[in-house]
Amino acid sequence: MSLQGRALVFSAALLAVSAATQAAAAPSGPPVRIGSTLALTGPFAATGLVHKVVGEIFVNDLNKNGGLLGRPVEWVLRDDQSKPDLARTLYEQLVTVDKVDLLMGPYATPNILSAMAVAQRYNMVLVHHTFGVPSLAKYEYQFPTWSLGPNPGETFPSLVFDAFAHSAHPPKTIAIVTSKLPPLHFMAVGAREVAKKRGIKEVLYLEWEAGTKDFGPIASRIKDADPDFIFAGAIAFDGNMLLEALKKIDYTPRNHFYLYPTPSALLKTPLGKDALASTVFEEHPPFTSNPVAAKFIEEFHVRGAKAGIPDTGVDVQASASYSAWQVLTAGVRGTKSLDNQKIGAWLKSHPVETITGNLHFNCPHSYCDDLMKVKQVQNGHWVVIWPPQYAAPGAKLIAH
Amino acid sequence: MNFPSATLLGQSLLSGLFIGALYGLFGLGLSLTWGMLRQINLAHFALAFLGAYLTYQLSSLGFDPLLTLAVVLPCFFAFGVLMHWLLSRFSITPFNSLLVTFGLTVIIESAIQWIWTADYRRLESHYGDVKFRLGTLYASLPELLTLVAALLLCLGTWAAMRYTDLGKALRAAAEDAPVAAAFGINDRALALILSGTSAAFAGVAGGCLALGYTLDPSQIYAWIGVVFAAVMIGGLGKPIGVLVAGIVIGVTEALTMAFTSPAWAPLVSFSLLIVVLLARPQKL
Repeated sequence: MSLQGRALVFSAALLAVSAATQAAAAPSGPPVRIGSTLALTGPFAATGLVHKVVGEIFVNDLNKNGGLLGRPVEWVLRDDQSKPDLARTLYEQLVTVDKVDLLMGPYATPNILSAMAVAQRYNMVLVHHTFGVPSLAKYEYQFPTWSLGPNPGETFPSLVFDAFAHSAHPPKTIAIVTSKLPPLHFMAVGAREVAKKRGIKEVLYLEWEAGTKDFGPIASRIKDADPDFIFAGAIAFDGNMLLEALKKIDYTPRNHFYLYPTPSALLKTPLGKDALASTVFEEHPPFTSNPVAAKFIEEFHVRGAKAGIPDTGVDVQASASYSAWQVLTAGVRGTKSLDNQKIGAWLKSHPVETITGNLHFNCPHSYCDDLMKVKQVQNGHWVVIWPPQYAAPGAKLIAH
Repeated sequence: MNFPSATLLGQSLLSGLFIGALYGLFGLGLSLTWGMLRQINLAHFALAFLGAYLTYQLSSLGFDPLLTLAVVLPCFFAFGVLMHWLLSRFSITPFNSLLVTFGLTVIIESAIQWIWTADYRRLESHYGDVKFRLGTLYASLPELLTLVAALLLCLGTWAAMRYTDLGKALRAAAEDAPVAAAFGINDRALALILSGTSAAFAGVAGGCLALGYTLDPSQIYAWIGVVFAAVMIGGLGKPIGVLVAGIVIGVTEALTMAFTSPAWAPLVSFSLLIVVLLARPQKL
């Protein structure tokens, strides 16, 4: 072949490769429809918005990088108004009317439980990110990404007490106060048993109804008991209200822990100094050493601010949500199909690497891995202080 | 069960007194419209929360939280007048007023959520930093202000209704409107004034709420049960009754929490209500 001929063939080949590459990058064909609900309104809406932004980031990135199985991904999102009964109805509609290919879980335990029942009825996989009662997750093809471990009622309080055991001031007395919401209550009950086994004297145990607005009497009893450590099965703003009630009667807790607080709320108040909480992810090494996590954090800061999220730090909610999308797409790619039964079986037998850790689902209730860590407010930031391999550089538990 | 210390008992009594005063303040407007106008105004709670959010918002713009009442009160008075005008214009019955005002509650709650989102809001003011100490007992300034407001408004309303011509005319119109009209009492105008005043009282309750509590739109419904109990136990249209009932409920709840578990506290108000209704059903 002449030189000119070779050049022609080479150019044609180059053109063909370029066209083929562009065709692979841009997904085409009918969209893969992933249906879910979120609390876009109602009492859970503030956190629902976080999950919405995360989902948008993930789907957007997915479509920029070839979609799923070469097809664009469409997220069919409905507002469950923070109501479990409405979540159930909407998931039914997503499956039977919208005929989505896949499901993603909603926000918060009661809504996830409702969605799980629908997923089970229609033999669909349900990946979810914020289910707080592992013992109730009985459906085989549900996959949690906020993995509390198989026995969190014992392992997580043990983790908290381990942190103190390695500090300069391990507590001798403890007050355990908790909301009666199931995801919190069973942890508090577990904390009682673990404290007893470790010889920490329980000087107070109190329960309050969800929605309690007056923490005055609870604060009075805590002050009266004067424990070394307060373990509060508190969610959202409960911790802030308790601290404000304690402040009114001039009492500052020596060591205090809140199970699932609204992170920014305890950061913004001076009363949150040295407060402890649970987490699975924070914006510092080693978590941010993962390039996928680092990129996601950057995108979340930008999109979260645009969406009006007051605190755009990526912590447990956003990271568990992102991990859920990672798990779902891993299942699809692993089976190269949208067959929910195949995806479920694949996820049951293959671990998935996510930004919160390596997740396994081949155990009862699928809560095989314990991703829980303990974080503390230090110098106006949440930093992990235990286990030490996940602690922020130089951070140690501040105990009094 | 360990017997609570004197400090715990004393602090619980104080805590109950303050929350009870807030129950009474919440219930004052509701009691007046229910007892005198035969309208069960569920929107009263939503209005109180709207007042709380407005107090929060105006304070964040730099206004003193107490001075925000200068804006909130006249606006709420006007709203109350308008609401009653509409209810009477369409001849809404007492039962229907429950449904209509429930719908209004949902609208106001949605508006609050749309403007301020479902995120928690907390009014940080210099009032919250002030507290008074009596021995080992503490009382914060917002709580004391709430108690003073409740006492002033409830006693003031009682005195006005007992000793002023306006109050007597209101009571006459409530007892028998046609006969009162025959004596030259303009019951329609009085009803508008009363409705406006009740809405203004909701605004005051909201201001007190904002000073001492974290705000969340869904919390509107958390107050309905206990305040209804205070209104029914205290007697419809009885300002002092609702205050006393509110305080009794608050103190009993607080002592229950001191002796047993806080989870038992909601049982208190409704158990009291059942006992009172069984013992004196004619109260309604």
